[in-house]
Amino acid sequence: MNYNWDFASVFDNWWALAVGLQGTLRLFAVCLILGMSLGLLVALGRRAHAKPVRWASTGFVEFFRNTPVLVQILWFYYALPILAPVEISPFMAAILGISLNSAAYSAEIFRGGIQSIEPGQWEAARAIGMSGLQTMRRVVLPQAVRRIIPSLTNRGVEIFKMTTLASVVAYVELLQQGKLVASLNFNPLEVYTVVAALFLIILYPIVRATYGLERRLARSD
Amino acid sequence: MPDPILRLSGLAKSFDTNTVFEDVDLDVAPGDRIAILGASGSGKSTLLRCVNLLEIPDAGRIELNGDVVGNPEKSGRARYPERELRELRKRVGMVFQQFNLFPHMTVAGNVAEGLVTVLGQSSGPARERALAELDRVGLRDKADTYPSRLSGGQKQRVAIARALAMDPEIMLFDEPTSALDPALVGEVLGVIEQLANEGRTMLLVTHEIGFAYHVANRIAFIAEGGIYEIGTPDEVLKNPRREKTQKFLAEHRRFQF
Repeated sequence: MNYNWDFASVFDNWWALAVGLQGTLRLFAVCLILGMSLGLLVALGRRAHAKPVRWASTGFVEFFRNTPVLVQILWFYYALPILAPVEISPFMAAILGISLNSAAYSAEIFRGGIQSIEPGQWEAARAIGMSGLQTMRRVVLPQAVRRIIPSLTNRGVEIFKMTTLASVVAYVELLQQGKLVASLNFNPLEVYTVVAALFLIILYPIVRATYGLERRLARSD
Repeated sequence: MPDPILRLSGLAKSFDTNTVFEDVDLDVAPGDRIAILGASGSGKSTLLRCVNLLEIPDAGRIELNGDVVGNPEKSGRARYPERELRELRKRVGMVFQQFNLFPHMTVAGNVAEGLVTVLGQSSGPARERALAELDRVGLRDKADTYPSRLSGGQKQRVAIARALAMDPEIMLFDEPTSALDPALVGEVLGVIEQLANEGRTMLLVTHEIGFAYHVANRIAFIAEGGIYEIGTPDEVLKNPRREKTQKFLAEHRRFQF
């Protein structure tokens, strides 16, 4: 195999990839925040006293965990506007698909973390007069989050990579722009190599940073 | 006799089909130090946990300083709304067998937590108060360490300080030394004795019969689903009148020398 790598044709179009990267980061930030906070809410919902809340939360998790994100994005983009009088942009469709799916997964992670806290912690907090919500906020969640940081990191990484699925509705992100460059210059090998490398270059430091966070939070152990 | 701080009347609790106790009456006067003894599984801890409603009794009445807790209903079963649970627990201090310190907070943070979160104090005064309570249990120098760095005895003393910081009207001790190495039991009992000498009202579930004899002014022996025998330490521990109390004490003396 004698292939002449030619990255020049990729770097000539660096601005297109830069625009794509910006779109990727924007989608990632929104989905990370929405997915994780909604996940926490759903996890709390699964522990609620009111049965309808529990059922709704469980139903949510099972529905979004057991359907493919790609299908969800397509569904929100093409199907939802037929059912409801709403205008859905590619950005919105991607946010909905990725965030709701991530919420379902992170809800399970949060639930596991909360369940892993010893009953004695609840009792001690309740015994000094804390409400259930105060106990959750001050005693249970801080300990639970510490335990689930590795799993949440995984989820974050997953969300970052899932942003590429938004290219299916032509949302301008890294892969979408990569495809564009590749089709103009007939250099898919170089372009997709660069796209993959960019993901690695961005993700790896973030993951390292969460290791640092883990260590810092473990101070009290 | 002065008005009781705590009055339990007709208290009953069962788990599924297993009756733990039924119809427990107990008056606790200010300054009373009542040791609750009994075989394991006799329901001593459950009784104690009913006092601050960590277990909800099936029937009966709890009065704290004349205030009836919860809404007694005709069926005999009372309903305890969340608000009342919290009000009661603010006024009743609890110390657990397993300490249950909050591992993610410093020692001072543990003691100040109730003051800040429950009583709404600002962190400055709460910390001052926490340090004063830590001083009382001899651990002021550990204020800024985390519980994982403490011995079991130190952890339990912090747990006592955490309960005391809330200015409870009565303290509940649920086997406070049962999880400790024998060498560490003394320091915890010392703190409890000191509280007893200050005239604090307390209920103490324990297996340390010698300690109960010295510190308590009344001993309640639990058996057969209720308070089987109650009286002064001399009455119950030296001259028990009833058979099961005698057997229990004989069993405990078997290996003494």
